[in-house]
Amino acid sequence: MVTGVPATISVRDVRKSYGPVTAVDGISFDVERGEFFGILGPNGAGKTTTLEIVEGLRQADSGTVSVLGLHPWPRNPALLPRIGVQLQASSFFERLTAREQLQTFAMLYKVPASRADAMLGVVGLRDQAGTRTEKLSGGQAQRLSIACALVHDPEVLFLDEPTGALDPQARRNLWDLLRQISAEGRTVVLTTHHMDEAETLCDRVAIMDHGVILELGPPATLVRRLDQPLRISVESGLLPADAARALAGPGAEPDSVTDDGVSLTIATRDPATVLAGLAGRGALAGLRVSGATLEDVFLHLTGREYRE
Amino acid sequence: MAMFRGFVRDRVAMVFSILIPVLFLLLFGSIYKDSGSPRISVIEVGRVSLLDQARGQLASVMTISRGRSLAAALQDVRAGTDDAAVQQRGGTLVVRYSIADQVTAGVVQEVFASLVQQANQAASGRPPAVQLTTAQVENKSLKAIQYIAPGLLGWAIASGAAFGAAITLVTWRQNKLLRRLRLAPVSTATVVTARLGVSLAVAMVQLAVFLLIATRPYFGLTLTASWWMAIPVVAAGTLAFMSIGLLTGAVAKTQQAATAIANLIILPMAFLGGAFIPLDYAPAWIRDVSYVMPLRYLVTGMQDVMARGEGPASALPAIGVMLGLTAVLTLIAVRVFRWDDI
Repeated sequence: MVTGVPATISVRDVRKSYGPVTAVDGISFDVERGEFFGILGPNGAGKTTTLEIVEGLRQADSGTVSVLGLHPWPRNPALLPRIGVQLQASSFFERLTAREQLQTFAMLYKVPASRADAMLGVVGLRDQAGTRTEKLSGGQAQRLSIACALVHDPEVLFLDEPTGALDPQARRNLWDLLRQISAEGRTVVLTTHHMDEAETLCDRVAIMDHGVILELGPPATLVRRLDQPLRISVESGLLPADAARALAGPGAEPDSVTDDGVSLTIATRDPATVLAGLAGRGALAGLRVSGATLEDVFLHLTGREYRE
Repeated sequence: MAMFRGFVRDRVAMVFSILIPVLFLLLFGSIYKDSGSPRISVIEVGRVSLLDQARGQLASVMTISRGRSLAAALQDVRAGTDDAAVQQRGGTLVVRYSIADQVTAGVVQEVFASLVQQANQAASGRPPAVQLTTAQVENKSLKAIQYIAPGLLGWAIASGAAFGAAITLVTWRQNKLLRRLRLAPVSTATVVTARLGVSLAVAMVQLAVFLLIATRPYFGLTLTASWWMAIPVVAAGTLAFMSIGLLTGAVAKTQQAATAIANLIILPMAFLGGAFIPLDYAPAWIRDVSYVMPLRYLVTGMQDVMARGEGPASALPAIGVMLGLTAVLTLIAVRVFRWDDI
């Protein structure tokens, strides 16, 4: 707490078991005011349980949680109006239109029903105001459920895998909405197993597996800390592999050089020399430079074996 | 409000809570409409002058048709289309009837025997030694519709309230709406009260529709003085069956299970609690069992004030029983209630 201001969310050594299964095994983190915080992890890592404990849906076996300086458990009516929650499933009242859902939630939070129409505009569902929720597309339903979570203008917003089953367009559309929500100064906590999502949205991420936090920090820092070589690739046939290996001069060979017949790929920690060498030989056609991503960090930490 | 709109749009719920009971009412109401006033139909073969003298007073007990030959008339009596064929041969009245229905056969014999006697007495020219005067006494036993309407209405209200509450609870748990509501600053009581509002509104609509239909002259339900007392009875019944539904919804995990459990509770109760079978005509063991059936109190409570003409206070014990049951079942339901499946 560099700023000296108490964290918006503070989790200290929280544990939770379901019978013999330990879902959360002693985790601690803080989320600062206005931060966009991501909890990443494979299925069964304990991220949803963590989120539910912070939201106040579950009681931790041990440890302390405070949200906006209040305890979420047991059900704390002073805290509830200040947090907004979007659950994994789209939980709506049956047979109501988008506008009526929002009006109902507005009523539950005792805010004016006019907020419903404002929120429809925010999430871009004005044209669907009269559509029954059962008839909304996946992306529309997700945006509506985010609108329901925001209708009372909460300070903290919790999102549990908001882009779970969406197509790429709908996902990007939703990301824009989430960025906008975050830009309004709200604290947002999100769980996801999409690395690109976390990388593009989150200020900081916690990577969880087997109930513990493996890494915590800004995505860029985590990627840099991984210290992976940069991958530079150009069209195949511009340069023989041997020549590519010699680009950086003696004693500074790249980590690897491969040519699969389509692309020549050079993995190096000295990209400047390699790029200059390629440019000097006029061998830049089809140039792509890619660094490690959060996904690499994730796979490095959690292993590559398949699990369900 | 939102929930009510949701209910009105739920066609299935509408059909089950209003349309089907109304269909039952139309059906049973029509079937039992004329029970209790047997009329006989008689074929007059040739001219029967004896009938002329008494045609007016006979109209209330028999329908007379004529214009058929004796053979054709006998054919109709054999087939059961008519109850008797009557022919006058001079001073002899010949009545042919079928014995298939003993009650009708008895009525036929009685009616014609008294006709003959009247004629003989008149022919003697002396005043009758004994005069018979009759006066109708208000019958304590009821016309069929007075049972059928409250019975079916009780069943409709019971199923509407119980199924509604149970299915709502299970659906909301399954689609995680309950968890979502848990994170909203509303108390459980508020949510249950909102649902109660819906159930009460539905029950009142059921009551209104039933009364409107059953009081049509065709069905002939006559409401007695304190029929308005049926409103609190219905309200108490709604509470009782909603608490049964809440308990069912708290226990059941899926909608199918909730429907099955609610059916298992309501259907036998409809037979044993006097909704489908009038308790006055039911075997003694059903009458004994009915005392532990909550539906009995809803049905008899309504019957007493709507159809039997008893005072407003007569419904109070039934209301008390149902409210007591509501309190107990709600307490249990709160105990076993779960916010979500895990």
